[in-house]
Amino acid sequence: MEIVYVYVKKRSEFGKQCNFSDRQAELNIDIQPSPELAELFVERNPVDTGTQCSASICRSPVSLFSFWFEMETRGVNHVEGGWPKDVNPLELEQTIRFRKKVEKDENYINAVMQLGSIMEHCIKQNNAIDIYEQYFNDTEAVEVTEEAPSAKTINVFRDPQEVKRTATHLSWHPDDHRKLAIAYSCLDFQRAPMGMSNDSYIWDLENPNKPEIALRSSSPLITLEYNPKDSHVLLGGCYNGQIACWDTRKGSLVAELSTVEFSHRDPVYGTIWLQSKTGTECFSASTDGQVMWWDIRKISEPTEVVVMDITRKEQLENALGAISLEFEPTLPTKFMVGTEQGIVISCNRKAKTAAEKIVCTFSGHHGPIYALQRNPFYPKNFLTVGDWTARVWSEDSRESSIMWTKYHMAYLTDGAWSPTRPAVFFTTKMDGTLDIWDIVFKQCDPALSLKVCDEALFCLRVQDNGSLIACGSQLGTTTLLEVSSGLSTLQRNEKNSASAMFERETRREKILEARHREMRLKEKGRAEGKDDDQRYEEPAVDLQELVAKAEEEFFDVIFSELRKKEVDAVKKSKLVEPSAGTRGPGGGHGFCVRPCQLDLYLPV
Amino acid sequence: MVVNAEGIPIRTTLDNSTTVQYAGLLHQLTMKARSTVRDIDPQNDLTFLRIRSKKHEIMVAPDKEYLLIVIQNPCE
Repeated sequence: MEIVYVYVKKRSEFGKQCNFSDRQAELNIDIQPSPELAELFVERNPVDTGTQCSASICRSPVSLFSFWFEMETRGVNHVEGGWPKDVNPLELEQTIRFRKKVEKDENYINAVMQLGSIMEHCIKQNNAIDIYEQYFNDTEAVEVTEEAPSAKTINVFRDPQEVKRTATHLSWHPDDHRKLAIAYSCLDFQRAPMGMSNDSYIWDLENPNKPEIALRSSSPLITLEYNPKDSHVLLGGCYNGQIACWDTRKGSLVAELSTVEFSHRDPVYGTIWLQSKTGTECFSASTDGQVMWWDIRKISEPTEVVVMDITRKEQLENALGAISLEFEPTLPTKFMVGTEQGIVISCNRKAKTAAEKIVCTFSGHHGPIYALQRNPFYPKNFLTVGDWTARVWSEDSRESSIMWTKYHMAYLTDGAWSPTRPAVFFTTKMDGTLDIWDIVFKQCDPALSLKVCDEALFCLRVQDNGSLIACGSQLGTTTLLEVSSGLSTLQRNEKNSASAMFERETRREKILEARHREMRLKEKGRAEGKDDDQRYEEPAVDLQELVAKAEEEFFDVIFSELRKKEVDAVKKSKLVEPSAGTRGPGGGHGFCVRPCQLDLYLPV
Repeated sequence: MVVNAEGIPIRTTLDNSTTVQYAGLLHQLTMKARSTVRDIDPQNDLTFLRIRSKKHEIMVAPDKEYLLIVIQNPCE
């Protein structure tokens, strides 16, 4: 069968016809050479330039162009040796015969007799004195190690693909901690580079050269999570909204995949396994504003869906996009969602009506909440990371966070509590630094700030023993760091002091909250008592004035900063090169332009 | 266990794999220790080797041709 389809486009739809014709050359602009401008430049004479008649060739291109060598691990098998040539050590009969022969040797008998007496003496010595005896039992090693907190890089895992992708999520192997699952994807909207691979990998910590297994998927993975009950099973959230499951025993192909029509409509930013008897239940969150529960035995459809609509009307249009998810196994009915709008939503899964499932909200961040985690020791307190700050909240104080960091110069991308110390948490930043905070030790600055790589860090995950941290970067490089023992072992009295600190700060916030409420009530009362005409006249004047004032202040700050910068720059350049202080023609505006020493060709 | 000059266990009270491991490693260590003692002073010689470890003591009595190795658990 022949299918013919004719596309028709009318001439009138093509637009006006072009009419080209010849005409004389005409002069548009004529710039005369200006002697004033020429004064600003110095002719460079002579000019030194290197030339070479043949193409340059490098003797060892490897050392220049490849910074990463492909390596492989090989082993050597050691076997038993030293036997005489005619004796095969694997033949039991031959070895026994050889031994028998030696034992009959007179030399042997004499040697053993002699050695035996020496040995007996030593054994008796040992039996008489127990040098391993502990004299003082109560001397517990009170080691007050006042060493400075430190961290060192152990290994680096690079994305083996040509087209580099961001390492978006990490997950530690739940049992032996010798493996790390890393999800790779590109989060730029509709900017995924051509030929980008969709594979994610599981790495063996011992072997950074080659991933242990690739997890293939139809869409790049944003999250990847080991099942804590069955370490062969992994759960992934895809960029296209699907939920996928792998069984490493079955290979790298997807074992279970949710159907597109019942999945999320946006990338899945959070997947967490639930604590259940079967170990097959999990839930996921996406920026489409839905949280879905799944059972991987029947993954085609979600078992439950909650819409993140804080107006409690369950409308998907009003839903807030979920970008992080938190679930604490000790509080099985509760879960929390961090949204793109900077609001944390605390939910109760077991509520009767759908509207009641959303319990309360916490707002305070100016941007998406990229990380959300309850403190492993005090689950009432939780950490959020968004915009330029990390904040610690208490469930009792809904109006504001109880502690927060200063606004950093770089955007924060992820954060997590230490699993072994209640007062320690880690944050990653866009400038490639990892900050380690110890709030008992120091509150205003991180206890340790470490530049991990040049590109932005994107995610981090702490191993359960608290000493190993993996950080994934924008270009898919995952760096494994080990922190010093002081940062990973529980300090004396730390639990008490951390708890006291959380409680104290909660109390402070509550007092402030009450005071604010009181003031607001008073204001309201006063406003109602005033005359009507006064009320609507004032704001009109105020608004104009306020805007003007705010604008003025804003520009003042900007100009003073610029001026400061300029002064600094001039100072610096003067230090380096005293003659370079000449200003360009536009120097009056606060921008310093340094003329470069180049010949300028102008049309004559 | 008794080990000959080549590191082959002649007689042992331990199981085979442990014996082979101990014999091979301690033979090398004893030879190294002996050559060290002799390098320091050519008229000197190694007479006994005691290795105290966290769990037990390994004692090696060297002879011209044979080694007698005893692993003693002093707590017992």
